[in-house]
Amino acid sequence: MSKPNVPMGRSAMAGRPRPKFNGNTLKRVLKMLFESYPVLMPITIACIIFSAIVNTLPAIFNQQIIELIEEWYVSRDWASAKLEIMPRIITLAVLYVISLISFFTHTQLMAYITQGFLSKARKKMFSGMQNLPIKYFDTNKHGDIMSHYTNDIDTLRQLVSQAIPAVLQAGLIVISVFFIMLWYSAWMTLVVIGGILLLTFVTKTVGGGSAKYFIRQQKSMGKAEGFIQEMMNGQKVIKVFCHEKNSINDFNEINNALYEDSKKAHSYANLLGPINMNIGNIIYVIIATVGGLFLLSEGFTNISLSKAVGREVVFGISVVIPFLNMTRQFTGNVNQVSQQINSVVMGLAGAERILNLMDAEPEADDGYVSLVNALIDENGNITETDKRTGKWAWKHPHQADGTVTYTELKGDVRLFDVDFSYDEEKMVLHNIDVYAEPGQKVAFVGATGAGKTTITNLINRFYDIADGKIRYDGININKIKKSDLRRSLGIVLQETNLFTGTVMENIRYGRLDATDEECIEAARLSGADDFISRLPDGYNTELTNNGSNLSQGQRQLIAIARAAVADPPVMILDEATSSIDTRTEAIVQKGMDRLMQGRTVFVIAHRLSTVKNSDVIMVLEKGRIIERGNHNSLIEQKGKYYQLYTGAFELE
Amino acid sequence: MIKTLMKSIREYKLPSILTIIFIMGEVIIEVIIPFITANLVNDIKYQAPIESVLITGLWLVALALISLCCGGIAAITCAKASAGFAKNLRGDMYENIQKYSFSNIDKFSSTSLVTRLTTDVTNVQMSYMMVIRTAIRSPMMFIFSIIMAYTMGGALATTFVVVVPVLVFGLFMIARKAMPAFRRVFKKYDKLNESIEENVRGMRVVKGFSREEFEKQKFSSASDDICRDFTKAERIVALNTPIMQFCMYFNTVGILLLGAFLVITTGGTKVDVGQISAMLTYGMQILMSLMMLSMIYVMITISLESMKRICEVLEEKPSLENPENPVTEVKDGSIVFQNVSFKYSKKAKRNALENVNFNIESGMTVGVIGGTGSSKSSLVQLIPRLYDVTEGAVLVGGVDVREYDIESLRNSVAMVLQKNQLFSGTIKENLRWGNENATDEEIKYVCKLSQADEFIETFPDGYDTYIEQGGTNVSGGQKQRLCIARALLKNPKILILDDSTSAVDTKTDAFIRKGFREFIPETTKIIIAQRIASVEDADLIIVMDNGKISAMGSHKELISSSDIYRDVYEQQRNGGEENE
Repeated sequence: MSKPNVPMGRSAMAGRPRPKFNGNTLKRVLKMLFESYPVLMPITIACIIFSAIVNTLPAIFNQQIIELIEEWYVSRDWASAKLEIMPRIITLAVLYVISLISFFTHTQLMAYITQGFLSKARKKMFSGMQNLPIKYFDTNKHGDIMSHYTNDIDTLRQLVSQAIPAVLQAGLIVISVFFIMLWYSAWMTLVVIGGILLLTFVTKTVGGGSAKYFIRQQKSMGKAEGFIQEMMNGQKVIKVFCHEKNSINDFNEINNALYEDSKKAHSYANLLGPINMNIGNIIYVIIATVGGLFLLSEGFTNISLSKAVGREVVFGISVVIPFLNMTRQFTGNVNQVSQQINSVVMGLAGAERILNLMDAEPEADDGYVSLVNALIDENGNITETDKRTGKWAWKHPHQADGTVTYTELKGDVRLFDVDFSYDEEKMVLHNIDVYAEPGQKVAFVGATGAGKTTITNLINRFYDIADGKIRYDGININKIKKSDLRRSLGIVLQETNLFTGTVMENIRYGRLDATDEECIEAARLSGADDFISRLPDGYNTELTNNGSNLSQGQRQLIAIARAAVADPPVMILDEATSSIDTRTEAIVQKGMDRLMQGRTVFVIAHRLSTVKNSDVIMVLEKGRIIERGNHNSLIEQKGKYYQLYTGAFELE
Repeated sequence: MIKTLMKSIREYKLPSILTIIFIMGEVIIEVIIPFITANLVNDIKYQAPIESVLITGLWLVALALISLCCGGIAAITCAKASAGFAKNLRGDMYENIQKYSFSNIDKFSSTSLVTRLTTDVTNVQMSYMMVIRTAIRSPMMFIFSIIMAYTMGGALATTFVVVVPVLVFGLFMIARKAMPAFRRVFKKYDKLNESIEENVRGMRVVKGFSREEFEKQKFSSASDDICRDFTKAERIVALNTPIMQFCMYFNTVGILLLGAFLVITTGGTKVDVGQISAMLTYGMQILMSLMMLSMIYVMITISLESMKRICEVLEEKPSLENPENPVTEVKDGSIVFQNVSFKYSKKAKRNALENVNFNIESGMTVGVIGGTGSSKSSLVQLIPRLYDVTEGAVLVGGVDVREYDIESLRNSVAMVLQKNQLFSGTIKENLRWGNENATDEEIKYVCKLSQADEFIETFPDGYDTYIEQGGTNVSGGQKQRLCIARALLKNPKILILDDSTSAVDTKTDAFIRKGFREFIPETTKIIIAQRIASVEDADLIIVMDNGKISAMGSHKELISSSDIYRDVYEQQRNGGEENE
C-alpha cells in the first residue's frame, strides 16, 4: 500500500462520525508543545498576539491620514500639511515594519516547531507501538494503525501549524475590532453583529450541506475503491471469462454514483466563497446606509464605550467611515475563525487518536530471569561472561535470599494442562499437555483454527495462558524476561515478513552482530544460498515491498536463514516450508534437518511429509489434542492421522 | 500528456466554459464594486441627500446579488465539470484496462492501478476545479484591477509598478525553491510510512527476535532526517506571508503618501479622497490575485505526477488485437505446439519456453508436471492466447490461435487459473460468469461434476450463499471446486486446470477426474499438478523443466524414462501423500 497521502484531512476524515470538541486533548497537545519548546513557544505566541494587535491599528491611522487630507486639500498647502501628515505616515510605516518582523518571526518559528513537534509525536507513537502486545496488532486493522501515522499526523500538522495560530490571531482581531467599534458606536456595532449572525446562519446551512455530501462522497469513494480493488486483482479471471463488458457496466454504475455525490459536495463547498463575499458586501451597504441615516436624523443619540468612559467621540462622518472598514475586517476574521474552528475540531480528533495510541497499555513484563552467555566447566559449574560462548544460561536471582543461580539453557519446554482463550469467552485451547525434551522434534497437525499456531503464541508469550503452566528448562516462563525468552526461540512463520534493505541485512536481522560470513553460512545451511547467489546483486540485492521481487518460496528460505543465524536452542516452524514445492523442499529438507539438529523444534505443517519424521506428532481438533504419537504408532491407531495420511480427508 | 487527459472532458466542456463565463461576470462586478463603494463613501461624506445614498446602496446590493448569482452558478457548473471530468477519466481508464492483455496487466501492479483510479484522479479533479475557477479568475482579476486602478487612480497606480514585480519575483522564487524540496520530502515521507507499515505487518518478527529497540532507533533517525528536510521546506514556504504582507504594507504607505501629496497640492482636482480608498482596495485585489496564481502553480505541479500516472494507463496499448476477418468457430479441442518459444517481455534475457513441440488430440487428458519456475503455467496460457508466442505457433482446432476472434477462442478454451478468484456475490452469480444464461439445473450439473454440489448444499443458503470479497468465507479446496464449476459452465472444447485441485483431498480429486472422463469425454483436458496422483491416469504426461519439455509419455513410460518424474514420484510415495 504505497498510496500517496491525501494532503488535507477533509476527505480522509469525512468518513468518520463528526468529531466533538475535546478540551482535554487540546490541553494535552498544548502542554506537549510547551514542554517541547519552553522558550520558542511563548515567543511565537507573543509574536502572534503582537501582530494581531498591530494589525488593527493601521485602520485608525489610515483614517486619520485621510481626514487630514480632507482638511488640507482646500488650502493646497503641502508644506504645512506635511508637518501633520508625515508623522502619522511614519508611525504607520514603523507599525508595519514591526508587524512584518513579528510575522516573519512567528511563521519561521512555527515551521520549525511544527515539524519538530510532529517528529517527536511520531517517534513517541512509534516507540509506544513497539511496546504494545501482539494482541493490539491482531485486533486492530493494519490500515487503521497506519492512518495514525498518515491522516492523523496530517490533521495534527494542520492543527498546530495553521488552525491554532489562525484562530488565535483572527480571534484577537475580532475582539479588538469589536472593542474599537464599541468605542465609536454601540448602535452601529449592533447592526454589524446582526449582519454577522445572518452570515453565520447562511454559511452554516451551506457548510452543513457540504459536510453531508462530503461524507457521502467518501462513502461512494470507498465503495468504488473496494470494487476497483477486487476487479484489478481478478483482472486475469475477467480476461479468461471474457467478462470485460459486464465489468465495465458494473463500474459505470458505481462511477456515476460517485460523480453525483462528488458534484454535490463540491457545489456546496464552492458556494461558500461567493456567499461570504457578497453577504459581506451587503452588510457593508447596510452599515453605510444606516450610518448615513443616523447622520441625517436629528434625534439620534449615540451610545458608545467612549461616552461611557467620558471621552466621547462625537458621532459623525469620522465615525461612519472607519466603521465601514472595520466591518470588512470584522466579517473577514469572523469567517476565518469559523472556518478554522472546523480544522481545530478535526485536528483534535486526530490528536486524540494519536494520544490514544501513545496511551495504549504496553506489553506487561514482570520477568526477572535473564539470558546470559555462559562458561560451563567439566563439572557443570556455570559462570557468567560477556563474550559469546555459544552456551547460554538462565540467570535467576532469588529475591528471598538475594542469591543468584544459573541454569543451563537446554531447550526443554513443557506445557501442563494449558487452557487459553483470546477473548475470555470462547476457549481455543483445552487441557493441552506438551513435553518437548531438548533436541526433540514436536509436530502439530490439524485443520485451520484447531489451535496449532495458538500454542506457539503461548510459548513465546505473544499471549498469556489462561490456566495451566508452561516451563522452560524448569523455569516458569512468566518469570523470564520476555525479550530474553524470545531471543531463545527462533520463529519462522508461514506469512513471511521481510524488511526493506538488502538480503544480507534481512538475514542479519536474526543476530545483529553476525558477520557476513556467518550470514552466508546460515543461508547455506537453510538452502537459500543457491538462489541468493544467482540474484543480480547476490547478497546485496535490495528487497522492497516485503521482497515482492522474490517468489513466496524464496522469501521463506530467507526467513529460515534469518532464524538460522540467530542460532536459537528452540525453533518454531509455523508452515515454514508451505510455499516451497515438494521437489525443492526435498533439497531444503536436508538443510532443515541440519538446522534442526540438536534443537528443540516445534513444527506446524499441512504437508504430512514435513512432519513425518517428528519424534511426536500431535493431532489437534477444536483446541484439543485428539491423537499423539510418532508416525508409525499413529498409522497403527487408524484414527484421524491415518485418514489424513491416506488422503481420505482434506485439511483446511 | 494534457491532450490525452483533455479527451476525457467531453460532455463537460459546456459546464467548463459556463464556469469560465460566469467567473468572468463575477470578476467584472467585483472590480466595479469598489468603484461604487467609493461613491457611497463620498455620498455620505458630503452629506448627499439620503435618497442618493439609498440609490447608490441599492446599486451596490443589486451588484452584490448579481455577483452572488454568477459566483453561485459558477460554483455549481464548476463542481459539475470537474466531477464529470473525473468520472470520465475513471471510466476511460477502466475501459482501457479491460482491453489489456495479460502482458499489459503484468506491467502494472493491481495496487498501483487502484491508486491511479482513485487518489490520482481525485488530485486531477481538484486541480481541474482550481484551473477553471481560479486560474481564469486570478489573471482576470489582476488585469481588470490594474486597468481600473490606472483609469481611476492615475498617478497613484505607479506604486503597483514597484510592488507587483517584487511580489511576482518573490512568490516565484519561493515556489521554485520549495517545490523540489517538498517533492524530496514527500518521497522520504512515503518511504517512512512504508517502513512503518512493514513494521506493523511484521510485528511478530520484530517481537520474535526482540528487535523493538533496534526498530525504535532506526525509526528515530529516519524521523529526524525527515524532520530536518521538512523544516527546511516549510520555512521556505513560510516566507510567503511576510512577502505578501510587505507588498501590501508598502502599497498602503505608498498610496497614502502619494495620495496625500497629490490631493493637497492639486486641491483635489486631479485625485480625490474617494480614489485613495478605492486604490487601497484595488491594491489588495491585485496582490491577492497574484497570491492565488502562485498557489495554482504549486497545485498543478503537485498533480503533474498524478497526471503522468493516469496517462500511462490511458496510453497503454493492448498488446493483443483481434485479427481482421477472424475465425469465430473452434472446430475441436486438438492442440498443436510448433517450435514454440516464448518470453514475457522483449527485454527478458531468458526464454520462458524454449522450442516446445507437441500434439494433443481432441478429447485427450494431458497432465503437466514440473517444479516451480519450470514454466508450466506459461505453457498453457498460450492456448487461450493470453499471451502471444515469441516464435513458432500454437494451433487450436487446426487453426493458429492468432487467427481466431479472441472472445470465441476463450469461450471454447476454459481455464482455471492458478491464482483463481471468486468475486463478491452469490455462488450462483459467480458461477454464471461461465455462462450468463445458465439454468439452475445446468449449474447444479457442473457443480456435481466438480464435486462442489455436496458442500454447497450444506450451506444454509445453498446456491444463494454470498461469497465475500476474495472468497474468504469458503475454504481453499471449496474455492477451487467452485472455480472448476465456473469454467465447466462454459461447456468448453478445451479445459485447462492450472494447479486447481491442490487444496482438494486426493479422494475428491480422483472423483473430479472420473467425472471428467465419463461426462465430458470430447473435451480436451489439461491438468497441471504437483501431485503425481493427479496426472497418473492421463493419456499423456508432459514433464517440464526450465522452460523445456524434459520428457513426454504415459505414467509407465515416464517412470522408466524420466529421472525427474521418477524422483518426484518416489519422493511423494515415501513422504506420504502431500496434503496441503
